[in-house]
Amino acid sequence: MKGLDFDVAHLLAGGLVLISFMLLYQNRLYALLNVFALQAVVLSLSVAWQAYVQDANHLYVTAAIAFAFKAVIIPLALHRIIAELGIQRDVENVVGVGPTMLAGLALVALSEVVMLRIASEADVLAQEDLAFALSVVLLGMLMMVVRRNAVSMVVGFMSLENGLILAAAGAKGMPLVVEISVAFSVLVALVVIGVFLFRISERFETVDAHALDRFRGDQR
Amino acid sequence: MSAEALFLSGDAALLGLAVAGGVAARKPFAGTLVYGGALAICAAMLVLALVELLGRTNGETLVLPLGLPWIGARFRVDALSAFFLVVINLGGAAASLYGLGAARHEHSPGRVLPFFPAFLAGMNLVLVASDAYTFLLSWEFMSIASWALVMAHHREGDNARAGYVYLVMASFGTFMLLLSFALLASPAGGYAFDAMRAAPPAPAVAGLAFILALIGAGSKAGIVPLHVWLPLAHPAAPSHVSALMSGVMTKVAVYGFVRIVFDLAGPQGWWWSVPVLMVGAGTALLGVLYALMQHDLKRLLAYHTVENIGIIFIGFGLALAFKWFGMPSAAALAMTAALLHTFNHSLFKSLLFFGAGAVLSATGERDMEHLGGLIHNMPRTAFAFLVGCAAISALPPFNGFVSEWLTFQAILLSPELSSWVLKILAPAVGALLALSAALAAACFAKAFGITFLGRARTDSAKHAHETNRFALAAMFVPAALCLAAGVVPGLFIDALSPAVSDAVSGRMPAQAGIAWLSIAPIAESRSSYNGLLVFLFIAISASLAASVIHRFASNALRRAPAWDCGFPDSSPATQYTAESFAQPIRRVFGGLAFVTREHIDMPEPGETRPARFELTLGDRIWDLIYAPLANSVERAAVELNRLQFLTIRQYLSVVFAALITLLVMLASWP
Amino acid sequence: MIVDLAFQLLQMTLVIAVAPLLTGLVRATKARLMRRRGPPLIQPYRDLIRLARKEAVVADGASWLFRFVPYLVFAATWVAAALVPTFATGLLFSWSADLIAIIALLGAARFFLALAGLDVGTSFGGLGSSREALFGALAEPAMIVIVFTLALVAGSTQLSTVAAYMVSSNVGLRVSLGMALVALIVVALAENGRIPVDNPATHLELTMVHEAMILEYSGRHLAVIELAAMLKLVLYVSLIVCVFVPWGLAIADASVADRLLGALLYLVKLALAGVALGVFESSIAKMRVFRVPDFVGAALMLGFLGALLLFVSRTLK
Repeated sequence: MKGLDFDVAHLLAGGLVLISFMLLYQNRLYALLNVFALQAVVLSLSVAWQAYVQDANHLYVTAAIAFAFKAVIIPLALHRIIAELGIQRDVENVVGVGPTMLAGLALVALSEVVMLRIASEADVLAQEDLAFALSVVLLGMLMMVVRRNAVSMVVGFMSLENGLILAAAGAKGMPLVVEISVAFSVLVALVVIGVFLFRISERFETVDAHALDRFRGDQR
Repeated sequence: MSAEALFLSGDAALLGLAVAGGVAARKPFAGTLVYGGALAICAAMLVLALVELLGRTNGETLVLPLGLPWIGARFRVDALSAFFLVVINLGGAAASLYGLGAARHEHSPGRVLPFFPAFLAGMNLVLVASDAYTFLLSWEFMSIASWALVMAHHREGDNARAGYVYLVMASFGTFMLLLSFALLASPAGGYAFDAMRAAPPAPAVAGLAFILALIGAGSKAGIVPLHVWLPLAHPAAPSHVSALMSGVMTKVAVYGFVRIVFDLAGPQGWWWSVPVLMVGAGTALLGVLYALMQHDLKRLLAYHTVENIGIIFIGFGLALAFKWFGMPSAAALAMTAALLHTFNHSLFKSLLFFGAGAVLSATGERDMEHLGGLIHNMPRTAFAFLVGCAAISALPPFNGFVSEWLTFQAILLSPELSSWVLKILAPAVGALLALSAALAAACFAKAFGITFLGRARTDSAKHAHETNRFALAAMFVPAALCLAAGVVPGLFIDALSPAVSDAVSGRMPAQAGIAWLSIAPIAESRSSYNGLLVFLFIAISASLAASVIHRFASNALRRAPAWDCGFPDSSPATQYTAESFAQPIRRVFGGLAFVTREHIDMPEPGETRPARFELTLGDRIWDLIYAPLANSVERAAVELNRLQFLTIRQYLSVVFAALITLLVMLASWP
Repeated sequence: MIVDLAFQLLQMTLVIAVAPLLTGLVRATKARLMRRRGPPLIQPYRDLIRLARKEAVVADGASWLFRFVPYLVFAATWVAAALVPTFATGLLFSWSADLIAIIALLGAARFFLALAGLDVGTSFGGLGSSREALFGALAEPAMIVIVFTLALVAGSTQLSTVAAYMVSSNVGLRVSLGMALVALIVVALAENGRIPVDNPATHLELTMVHEAMILEYSGRHLAVIELAAMLKLVLYVSLIVCVFVPWGLAIADASVADRLLGALLYLVKLALAGVALGVFESSIAKMRVFRVPDFVGAALMLGFLGALLLFVSRTLK
């Protein structure tokens, strides 16, 4: 792998991690969606770059799918959902921004160390790429844990999935079929979640996931 | 006569002075006698220690037939102890100088005069001791002498409780050190340091001894979470003794740590640096946060000692890591940073405590909320205190900046370490160090700004007078040294390099030969700093700006009431207070260390009673560690209390059962 | 030697000379975006001269420190600015202090300014000082971790060496550098009291930070402080430019023509940065004070993340 190839891939993958942090930091819903769309754009760029570097044309398709679905369709859909639910207000973090960011940092450090240790025989690019992908996945999970608003939990889930695509693009020889099916399953998930959101909000007049806890049957 | 013998006779003279002070305490000349004598002895020992540090590097062991019969007392001065002797006697001399002026105001001289020289003698003895028995004996002597000084004004405020907590923690620390030495001593009972060095214990044993030494010496130095006694005890003593305890006695503890961990046990595992680094960073951050929340000037200074101890321990942690991974020059850099900060801290902390003492004796107030505007009545004290504040806040061109700069340079070498944990830990420690340095600047902007600037908040502050000339001399000597060590740090680094090579068997490149008195820890292309030029540039450009403005622009000046956005004639009570100054920082960072409860009582419109704002700060560490501990001790005591009310037969059966248990243990011993 | 000295002096005068111009440019950009005509570019010069000519009104309770601080703040800022390579590296005195020392010099300026805010004993001065202390406590560690990143990439904390390394082509696009850049921009906004952290144009009581601290200053003292603030802006822009956009920077031993070209390019970069700042400030709202810790804290996290990636992945090089 040549110097510039590595550098650009590294930069794009690192950019994804950075945007994951922006997602964690951002606590207004519309801005959150914009950042999410930005992440999708960077993701598709990253995948396209992998396609160019690895000379694998099917990855261009993956990049196009990622761009179309995640940068355009899903943000627009979520935008509409938010508008119709009328919840353009602040997102409530369960944990404060500072501790969240600290936890995120710890997760990135953890994934770096884990990847550099277990994949030490893989080539440099794959190692770093995997480390970044794992970071994005972990940060997405963190976001789902620390947010209370259902919409931002959905965004966390989607960004988690971005990490998976990044990992898949880095690993050579991932068949296109798998990626297309993953993409469609995410879309289906979005539809299902959207329907649920509307149902939840009709029933409980909020999409605060915290409110749902009160209606659990197994509570004391 | 060997240097060891000279130091011992100095200590003997100090002890003699202690006796004389005890006998003649009521006489009017007693203060002059004790402090003058202590000043002379400390100055002599300072010169002697400097000669030792710069000249000879290796002392010879002097064995005296004292102490336990078959051990004897061993004394030796090497470069490491010579360096600490310099620190201690410099601080001791300055404190004695201050004491000369303060003796007249002392209302119970009998409680101070005998113990002051004894305290100095105890600290000096720790440094020259060369076997575990003598070391611990002197250590305990030092602790008890300082405890007596803490209890000097035992009827005031919380001092009795401070003394109690101090005594408990000091005994605990000595006990840990005792265990540590026991592990280090060879099974044959070689309590001499030479014997310990010759027969190093197995790594596991050495590791345990290291942890015990960290706890034991650390509790004396004030590392978090063993710091609780320090901010109680240090301010309770008379001010020059506070300066000694905070500026100097903590350094003896630092010496104990270096001696045991670097010299006797030697790093025997990469993990040694991890607890030291974590404790150091935590101590630095929490120490400064505690300090920021104080409005008692002396207590603020005492808490801030905790922060500086943290910075010193960060240097030690790095030095341990570098030494273990075989990077002697990097280890030397980290060790130099730590030792230089030790020296620097003893300078500016003594200076600041003297300043606080001068304020206390001029106004009778330690609470900053009752002070203000003292720069007008006490200009010289204010100036010296300002120098101390700038130095402790690590502002160039003063000395505090140099040692922190060296610590940062050492941190920047840590990616070379081949350990994952340390690679992640080191930048985190660096970030915390930077955070605590910035918070320290905020803390001392508050300490100086609220105490000396603004308008007087009470009558006692309004009618304060400048302090006596002894106190001023005691402040200006360290202030000058702060500037000197900041402007020509190379000379100081070179001077302490024998001590550094004693500890880590490596040394930094000699700094004296570098052009323009710069310092360059590794190579000039990597990093260099020149305090002299920075100082000169600032002086030149400031005077250039001033002269240009005064020459070409207006020179007119008019005094007028303060503008304050058009609010006229506000009372001094409307000024920012110490608490309100720290409020933003408390809201952002306070959650780390405190459980904060704010209670606002706002009267309804039309009511005439005043609004009230109450703030309670709970110390998390006290709540989490000490309160449960104290409770369980109390519970155990209540349980054991029953033993007091047994019948004779029951007592006999208890003794009998204990005897049988011991015999059974002996029988079943493998 | 003589040439080097001449260029060092030239740089020192250059930064002072362009400082008000840069501020004027930012103001003009903001005015145009608000569809105002705005004052001419040289208005800050006129303001400074006018202030310097007026008599200084000093509050009754002010001490000597109050009159001494403006010059000290100015000197510390100027010395720091003189150590940042603007159009040429390898300045004569660049080895006298590294990037950490530059940060500490700015910290010293802030420390004394905070003291001056407390000196008169008014409520607004204390308010400004207290908030400035908070911002400093947030921005300084962020700056230090950025330094870590730069030092690990370039192997030096010496700004001239860093800049020379950045000009050379063996840097590549490092993620850590990107993170450091974002973090540095955030820190620069906070340190210079720009929107969204502080508003340099406000005189509304409760939103002031820097302005509250210097509320009691007037006349020549105010002029010196204002100039120091302008200088600080130039310093930060130069810092960002020389590390992240170093193209055109004349390396040591460059010919005089190269250096002049470098100076020209530097002015262009400065102008672009000024316009960008104006646009940014016009498009964003000021934050509440207690949102600022999140904002600057994010810079700290980002810088730390960049440094961490380098610390961990250094074996990969």
